[in-house]
Order: sequence, then C-alpha cells, then structure tokens
Amino acid sequence: MSFDDAYQALTDHDDDARWAYGTGFADPLAGVPTALPDGVDGADLAAYCLMIGDDALILSHRLQQWVTRAPELEDEMAIANIGLDLLGQARLLLTRAGEAEGTGRDEDDLAYLRDPADFRHVRLVERDDTDFGQLIARLLVFSTWRLALLDRLATSRDPVLAAIGAKGVKEVAYHREYAAGWAVRLGDGTELSHRRMQDAVDAVWPLLGELFTPHDVEVRLAAAGVAVDPASLRPEFDTVLTEVLRAATLDMPAADTAEAGGIVPVGATSPASGAVSAGGGTGGRDGRHGDELAAILAELQGLARATPGGVW
Amino acid sequence: MSGEIKHEWPLFEVFVRAKRGLNHVHVGSLRAADHEMALHHARDLYTRRNEGVSIWVVRSDDVVASGPDDKDAFFAPSGDKVYRHPTHYAIPDSVPHI
Repeated sequence: MSFDDAYQALTDHDDDARWAYGTGFADPLAGVPTALPDGVDGADLAAYCLMIGDDALILSHRLQQWVTRAPELEDEMAIANIGLDLLGQARLLLTRAGEAEGTGRDEDDLAYLRDPADFRHVRLVERDDTDFGQLIARLLVFSTWRLALLDRLATSRDPVLAAIGAKGVKEVAYHREYAAGWAVRLGDGTELSHRRMQDAVDAVWPLLGELFTPHDVEVRLAAAGVAVDPASLRPEFDTVLTEVLRAATLDMPAADTAEAGGIVPVGATSPASGAVSAGGGTGGRDGRHGDELAAILAELQGLARATPGGVW
Repeated sequence: MSGEIKHEWPLFEVFVRAKRGLNHVHVGSLRAADHEMALHHARDLYTRRNEGVSIWVVRSDDVVASGPDDKDAFFAPSGDKVYRHPTHYAIPDSVPHI
C-alpha cells in the first residue's frame, strides 16, 4: 500500500467496483508449490488428505442440515458460515488428495463419486444432532481438536498442507469460540439447559478415542514431517476442554474408553451393515461407517450422480 | 441461574467500519442475549463478505432519536444558510470521501 497520497490508503482501487465494500479476496494457495515433497509416498499423502478432508466435508454437510432448523436466525447464519469454512477446507484437501494420488481425480470426483467405504472421516462427524446442545458439544470437541491439528499442520513439510493449515487456523479458532460460548451459556444457564448440555457432552465423549488414535498412514507421514501424530494433540485438547467445561459448570465425563475407534457410537445402528472397508481396521479412518453415512451421501451425491458432469 | 426465562432477545444496532480511516456506518440490526453475543452475531451476519475491520454494537433501547414532530425546528433552519457550505473550494480528484 502506498502512502504517497494519504487518501490512497483509504481505498483499495483494485477492488471490484460493483461492491460498496471491500472485496479483496485472495487465493490461499497462490504461489504455493504443488510438487510432492521428497521421499513422500503419494498414496499415503492422498489417504491423509482424504482423512482430514472428509472430516470437514461430512461435518459441513451435517451443519448445512441445520439451515432452516436453527433456533434463531442469527445462529443459523453462524452455523452456515462454519459449514462453509469447513467446506472450503474440504475442497482444498480433496484437491490435494487428487494431486497426490496422481490419477487425475479432482475435488468433485472425490466428493461426489466415492462410495461410503472409501470415505475416511472419523465417526464423530457423521452422527446426527438430536438437539442444539448436541450440535454445540460436537462442534466444541471437533473444533478444539482440529484447531490443534491445523496449528501443527502449518509447519508441515508439504507446502500445500502447510498453507491449508495456516488458513484453517483462523477459521477454526472462531468455530471453537462460538461453540465454547454456547457451551458456557447453556451449561451455566437454566436447570433445563444445564441438564441437556451435560447430556450432549456425555453423548459425544465415547466418540473421542478415534480422534487421537494414530492410523498407520498418520504414523508414517508424521515421521516424515508431513502429517501430525493425532496422539500429540491430546494434552492441548484436555486443557481446553477442562477450562470450558469448568466455566460451563459441566462435569467432564469419565475417561473415554473408546479404543482405536472400533466402538459402536451410542445410538448408532450397526456399523458393520452395509459399508465394509477394504482396509483391515475397524474405525472410520479405515472406511468403516454407520448406516447414517449412506443417507448423508444420498443427499450429498444424488444430484451429481444423476447428472454426470453437470455444470450450472 | 435466573428464574425468569425471556422468550425474545433484545434488539441491537450494528455499525461496521469498512476500512481504516473511515467512519463506522450503521448496517442493520440483530437480536442477541447480550453484548458479547451481539458482536459475534454481527460478525456472522454483516462481515461475511469482507466488509469490515471493526464492529460496534449498541442496544437499540439506548439510541435516542429525533422525532418526526421536531423535523421543522431541527432541520429547516439550516436549509437557507448557503454560507455554511464550503462550496467555493476546488476539491482535488484524489480526495474520495468528502
């Protein structure tokens, strides 16, 4: 910005003149080299990008389902904004997955044309929310975990993952603030809101184990300085959750006994029916999902599959 | 925990400053339980398209407005005071906001 003319600094003359306010949008990946880092297996990198990309894609869809259902118009916009942020992260990560696997698939191919068993998200993002408290509890644990993840990813040896991490930190920091604010309001609110918020926290807790259990792909890529070992995120997660739950006068549930993500989520239908993974593992990262995913994908993919290659 | 449950949040007026050096401008209103929530809602409703660098929120109840009945006494007397306008100066092209 030039300060030769004092008034010049007040306006962005390169802005799109159609808009009353500044636009100034920037491509977060502008100038970032896309070549794979030395010594990194493209298949591993693709699998990793699908894991954290699918987390964002599926939770974004669940958040979009709140639009027209939120308790207040203002919160509906907030939830939609968060869903759009996550969708943006998913697009970048699925695009990177396509580049890394080298088969020419783009973000749309990966989002719209994969079958349930090929999705790699954790079960936490898949569950339906039965009330606003459940939405908040899930968003609180997810955004706390993901903020810690993206923060570390910003120093990845893969320049694309590093750029995605740096961009996402600012977004997810707001998501966490939003969720924590509501958790405190509801937890420290009325007797009824306290009880329902506590129920929501209790319901989400059994799904936490999978977030911190390293997958083989994560172990290999973390050793190569590309990915983040999810087990390393636990101390930050525990510190934040302890603080928020204390402010919300909520009890932290007893240790989450969810080992390796193989457990059946409370209230979920049998995970073994329908989607069975090609991988040997038993968690969402291995493609093992509940029946709920089929319903999500029917909604998410229906139009794209009905009109292949459609553009509008 | 308060006993009384209010079923409608109070109204707030939102002012956004688009750029450093400009004024805060009234952009609309919203409902929120308190000032902190009003700021969050304002961020979500009124700065989604890169509009702002700063937000003010004010309880609508706290805004004191001039009434239509006062219109003549308030505003008509300034209508014929041409000497109050700095119309005899040439304004440089590079001054955009005046």
